[in-house]
Amino acid sequence: MTLVLEQILNGVQLGVMLFLLAAGLTLIFGIMGVINLAHGSLYMVGAYAAAVTASATGSAILAMLAGLAAAAVTGMAIEYVVLRRLYARNHLDQVLATFGLILFFNQGVTMLFGRQPLFVDIPAALSGAVEIVPGVPYPVYRLLIIGVGIAVAVGLYLLITRTRIGMLVRAGATNREMVRALGVDIRLLYTVVFGLGALLAGLAGLMAGPITSVQVGMGEQILILTFVVVVIGGIGSIRGAVVGALLVGIVDTMLRAFLPTLLRGMMAGAEADALGAGLSSMGVYLLMALVLLLRPKGLVPAHG
Amino acid sequence: MAVTEPLLRIVQLVKRFGGLVATDHLSLDVRPGELHALIGPNGAGKTTVMSQIAGELRQDAGQIIFAGQEISAMSTVRRVRLGLARSFQVTQLLEDYTALDNVALAVQVRLGHSFRFWANARRDRSLREAAWRYLEQVGLDHRADVRVADLSHGEHKQLELAIALATEPKLLLMDEPMAGLGATESRQMTELLGRLKGRITMLLVEHDMEAVFALADRISVLVYGRCIATGSPAEIRANAEVRAAYLTEDEA
Amino acid sequence: MTTNRRPLMALGLTFAVLLVLPFVATALDSTATISLVTRMMIYAIAASSLNLILGYGGMVSFGHAAYYGLGGYTVGILYAHFVSGDPLFGIIPGTNQFLITLPAALLVSGLFALALGALSLRTSGVQFIMITLAFAQMVFFLFVSLEMYGGDDGLIIRRPNELLGLRLRDELTFYFLTLGFLAAYVGLCGRIVNSRFGMVIGGIRQNERRMAAIGVSTYRYKLVAFVIAGMGAGLAGALMANHARFVSPDMLHWTKSGELMIMVILGGMGTLLGPILGAISLIGLESVLSGWTENWQFYLGPILVLIVLFARGGLYSLIPGLRGNGRD
Repeated sequence: MTLVLEQILNGVQLGVMLFLLAAGLTLIFGIMGVINLAHGSLYMVGAYAAAVTASATGSAILAMLAGLAAAAVTGMAIEYVVLRRLYARNHLDQVLATFGLILFFNQGVTMLFGRQPLFVDIPAALSGAVEIVPGVPYPVYRLLIIGVGIAVAVGLYLLITRTRIGMLVRAGATNREMVRALGVDIRLLYTVVFGLGALLAGLAGLMAGPITSVQVGMGEQILILTFVVVVIGGIGSIRGAVVGALLVGIVDTMLRAFLPTLLRGMMAGAEADALGAGLSSMGVYLLMALVLLLRPKGLVPAHG
Repeated sequence: MAVTEPLLRIVQLVKRFGGLVATDHLSLDVRPGELHALIGPNGAGKTTVMSQIAGELRQDAGQIIFAGQEISAMSTVRRVRLGLARSFQVTQLLEDYTALDNVALAVQVRLGHSFRFWANARRDRSLREAAWRYLEQVGLDHRADVRVADLSHGEHKQLELAIALATEPKLLLMDEPMAGLGATESRQMTELLGRLKGRITMLLVEHDMEAVFALADRISVLVYGRCIATGSPAEIRANAEVRAAYLTEDEA
Repeated sequence: MTTNRRPLMALGLTFAVLLVLPFVATALDSTATISLVTRMMIYAIAASSLNLILGYGGMVSFGHAAYYGLGGYTVGILYAHFVSGDPLFGIIPGTNQFLITLPAALLVSGLFALALGALSLRTSGVQFIMITLAFAQMVFFLFVSLEMYGGDDGLIIRRPNELLGLRLRDELTFYFLTLGFLAAYVGLCGRIVNSRFGMVIGGIRQNERRMAAIGVSTYRYKLVAFVIAGMGAGLAGALMANHARFVSPDMLHWTKSGELMIMVILGGMGTLLGPILGAISLIGLESVLSGWTENWQFYLGPILVLIVLFARGGLYSLIPGLRGNGRD
């Protein structure tokens, strides 16, 4: 039972990572109508900047600031140089151009830091564990991630429901033309939203560093999982991103943790492990298929 | 006097968009053979009604009965196969194809499924000749081989009509066929509709009052999603409520 | 359009060059060229199949590598069982006969395209892109985790399949076999896009609402096109498995789907010749760039961005006399 609790928390923690990426991706799509494959690259940039700063200075605070700044600056640069020219284009052009960006960033990072993964230590102050219920210790760092995720979700909620920018974001998600017609400085709004999305992706990347190891390709791996989240939750919908991220995070973690053991009760060990690994890696995609069959627009669609 | 069964019957149709009632318990009959015009000020919900009849929008309440059959739950495609065709207010055409291609495709679809993978459809004379005749009907045959993207706005409107005719409809839903046309083009379109009148039942939404009163057998007036009057052009002209709500304002 | 024979002539010319090329290469004693061009032609088949749905049908499928990889793995897995002698799933015996492995590859990739298309075609736009990408990645992870077929490392196919006594090991024989398949597939695409079915598919690309308004159930037509395209990619995969004598999850990776899309765009969407030109150029560019630097993707990425931003219509539209003849 304690193991189940622990795995659920791990699932929630993966869900938080996915939420941070999905929120940005879905906002950017909702406001600008752009599909940005390079969103995963921002995650990678954040992770690398933080990892390198941490090993150079030993300061977790500096590492965090570096990760956020690098992701935000890279994001705005991408927006300014490439994406701005793609708003009026079709999705195919957007996909291809941002695919080109991925090749560029992945190879660039390889040239700078090599192919070997970087490993980042958990900051000393956060390296312990606390007992969440008596007898069940859980790492402080992972709890912190979950806390940050909740804080970001609440912050986004307040931003979107209580501020002028949020009002424009909501209006933009339902009716892009209307926001244009309102005479808002649309370029500024776009840059702000894009910067925000990049910041969240960088935040996810820098927090993931101590848990997953920092390497080239980490961005795409999580990006595709983020797509699953967005499709399940409903494209353009922040609430959908929360629901989808938690669902995908928990289902993926639980399957990986328990399916092989479950299968081993039914068949030979080696075969059970192979099948278990195969099935659990397919699990969230099958979940997506199921959602598509039952609710093609996602669980929490953006419009009505 | 024998009452003919209407070809299209709309009963207590309701459509809401959020708080806005776009179609408010609307009831309407279209009799076989008539040209029935639907008029009303901007925002009266005419296109919304057309979209519900065509099946692109689903109503919130009420019934749509076509040729004796309840079609409210049917897809657009099934309605088309029953003989319900629509021409769009904002033309919906296949821009990369020629005018003839556009019409031939409609003929091809009417004749059965298109799971034929080998023979060149553009060399299929049965399709091309049939399509040609519809272009002729709307006076566009001389532009048959021009790409749609290179046709004028007026020609787009004519082509919309030719495509709709090529589906051999029992009822033609025409959404503002005159919109954006110049005076000469409008007159030509009016003549064209006059020639089709009687052969095909039509429900016409149009702002050009001159055309409406010249063409229509009956007119229904829509205001805020409700039908405030239905009658012959003369009756509508004489109707005080209509004048108050609509015509006078327009003439002022 | 009916009188302009130039696109057809350009296509004929391309095939004439491909037909003569191995003789020139042999005379110059450059067997590496033959192998390289074989690879280009295999990718040309895959790109042509993608073009059918992407260029002609307007469906931005980002999972095309899945069918390509499944075609390859079908050949690889049947070969593995042929060598080991254990039947697959306990009932299907392995084989190294191309006349069996090829139809099997087409069947597997076609069935998978049917299942995936049936689900993903319920959506459109960005959602469709994300879903096709995600499902293809699911297949990738599946094969990475299948340790019995080499997992990450893939499967080695020690000898190519047997086909009617031909020596498929021989570079030249395999070259002409591939050329034959390319010609057949492109010919098939040429018939399809001008057929009644092709007119409907093209119509759906241009205006799906119009197609519904004349009574077309667009879903069924898109699905059939999706399956035909998937089988084309399966054919390419089966050929590649025999050519490289190796299959690995790399064939299924999402970047492979991206590369196939690039080939289609680079060459010219919605034309028969475009994907062939695109495959030749991209593979050529890769082999040139990778000869200069191992970091060639660092340069390819920005090149790609520039192509998208500034060179619309692809290489096809740069050929004199063909400009504006796209989607013929």
